[in-house]
Amino acid sequence: MNRIAEQLTLSASDSPNNQLDGGSSNICGTGVQFELASGNNPAAFTQQYTDVKSERDARIKMDHGTTTLAFKFKHGVLVATDSRATSGNVIASQSVKKVIEINPYLLGTMAGGAADCSFWERVLGMECRLYELRNKKRISVAAASKLLANLVYRYKGMGLSMGTMVAGWDESGPGLYYVDSEGQRVVNDLFSVGSGSTFAYGVLDSHYRFDMSVDEAKDLGRRAIYHATHRDAYSGGIVRMYWVKEDGWVAYPLEDVGELYFRYHPEIKLTHAAESPLAAQRAA
Amino acid sequence: MDFAAMQKQYPAQVPTEVHSHQNRWDPYVDNGGTSLAIAGADYVIVASDTRQSNGGYSINSRTEPKAFKLSNNVVLATSGFAADAKRLVEVLEQNALTYFYKHNKQMTAPAMAQMLSNTLYGRRFFPYYVFPILAGVDAQGKGALFAYDPVGNMERVNYQAYGSAAALVQPFLDNVVGFKNQRGADHNRLIERDEAMRFAVDAFTSATERDIYTGDWLDIFVIDKDGVKHEKRELKHD
Repeated sequence: MNRIAEQLTLSASDSPNNQLDGGSSNICGTGVQFELASGNNPAAFTQQYTDVKSERDARIKMDHGTTTLAFKFKHGVLVATDSRATSGNVIASQSVKKVIEINPYLLGTMAGGAADCSFWERVLGMECRLYELRNKKRISVAAASKLLANLVYRYKGMGLSMGTMVAGWDESGPGLYYVDSEGQRVVNDLFSVGSGSTFAYGVLDSHYRFDMSVDEAKDLGRRAIYHATHRDAYSGGIVRMYWVKEDGWVAYPLEDVGELYFRYHPEIKLTHAAESPLAAQRAA
Repeated sequence: MDFAAMQKQYPAQVPTEVHSHQNRWDPYVDNGGTSLAIAGADYVIVASDTRQSNGGYSINSRTEPKAFKLSNNVVLATSGFAADAKRLVEVLEQNALTYFYKHNKQMTAPAMAQMLSNTLYGRRFFPYYVFPILAGVDAQGKGALFAYDPVGNMERVNYQAYGSAAALVQPFLDNVVGFKNQRGADHNRLIERDEAMRFAVDAFTSATERDIYTGDWLDIFVIDKDGVKHEKRELKHD
C-alpha cells in the first residue's frame, strides 16, 4: 500500500502551480496524476470520507450504479443495464448511461462507482484509439479489457469501485470480459454485475441458450433487468439495451421499468388506467 | 507505579500521547445552502441562495455567493464545502484561460463540462466536497446543464437541485419541470423561461421555510446565446 502511495504521491517538482492545469493536460497515456492527502496513509484517509461500504456515514457519497448484464450468443453480444444512480439512500439520477460507448465496436458497462467507471473507460477509449493509430488495426476485446485491468490495478487498495464488462466484436468473433477494481479479469459467455446481479442471474440462467435469436436475446435481457429492478432498491429507471454485432453496436429504444411491470403482469389491472402517467407508453 | 515513573523506566515504550478517535483531522465542513438549475430550449436558469453556515447553528455570512460566472456563457453553481468550491472555481477559471491562450477561442460549455469532470476526478483520493452544476448553452443554442457528484460523474440533465434542501427541491422539480407522476402530461416538453423563473423562485421560498441552512438572498443567473444576466432577490432571513 505504501509503495503504491509513494509512487503516486506528489514529488517536490509538482508544485501547486503545475497542478493548476487540472486533470486535462496531466493525462497522457497512463501517466494520470492524482492529488493525495498528505500523511502516511492517504488511502485510509480517502476511505474515511468516501467509502460507503465500510463507513456507513461517509461524508462524501459518490454515485453508485447497479444492475448490468451482458451475454454472448450466436448473433453477437447483448448488453443491458438499468439507469439508476444512488448516492447513499438518495436516488441521484434515474437516467444514467451505464453503457459506455468506448468506440463504435466496443462497449463498457458501469457498476460500482459511477465516476470511476466513466473516467477509466474514457481513458481506455483513448488507449484503444492510440492502439489503432500505432498498429493500423482495431484492438481486440481481450487486449482492451487487459488495458483496463492494468490501468486500475495500480490503484488497487485505494478505494476505486468499478465492476465493468467489456463487450465487443473482433477478429475472433464476439468477445466479453469482466474486469473489476480488485484486479479480476475473467472471460465468459454470460455476466451480470451490480447489487441487482443476483436477481438478473436467476432469470438469465433459467433461459439462456447460445443459439437464441436476436429478439429472444433482447427479451431475455429486458426481463432480467426488469426483475432485478423490481427486487433491488438500488436498481431502477429505464432499461438500456445494446446489441454488438460484427459491424459494431446498435442501441435500442429505452423502456421504463415501471411500464414493463404491467407488460409482464397483464393480469394486474390498474384502476383509471387511461389516465395514469405511463398510459401513452403502454398504448404504443 | 505512577505514569511519570513508568515513563522514566520505559522511556520509548510508553505512549506519551493518547489520540482519541474523535480528534481525527477533519478537513471538510458542509457550509449548507442550496443551488438549482433549469434548462430550456434556448436558456438556462441558475439559482442559489447566499447563506453560508458553519456546519452547526451559526451563520458565517448572509451574502456569500455560491454561483459563479466562469465565462460569457457559462455559470457554475456549487453547494457543499465553500472553501473547496472557491478553489474549484479558481482552478476552472485558470484552465479556461489556458485553453483560450492555447486555442485562441473560448471554451464551449460542453468542453468546460468535460474539463470539470476531469478536474474533479483528479482529486479522486482527496475529493472536492462540492456538488457542482455547470450551466451554459451548447453550439445549437440549446440550454445545457451538467450535474456532477463530488468525484466527477457527469450527466447532462434538464434540471437539478443540490445542497442542504435538495431533498425538498428536487422532487418538486421532478414534478413541475420533468412532469413526473403527472397524468396526461407531455414528458418531452421543455418549459418556458418565465415558468422556469417562477418555479425556481417558488422552490427557494419554500425551501427557505423548511431548511435552516437556506435563506437570506437569492442569486439568479439567466444564460442564453446573448450572454449571462444576473439578478438578486430577497429571501427570509430567519
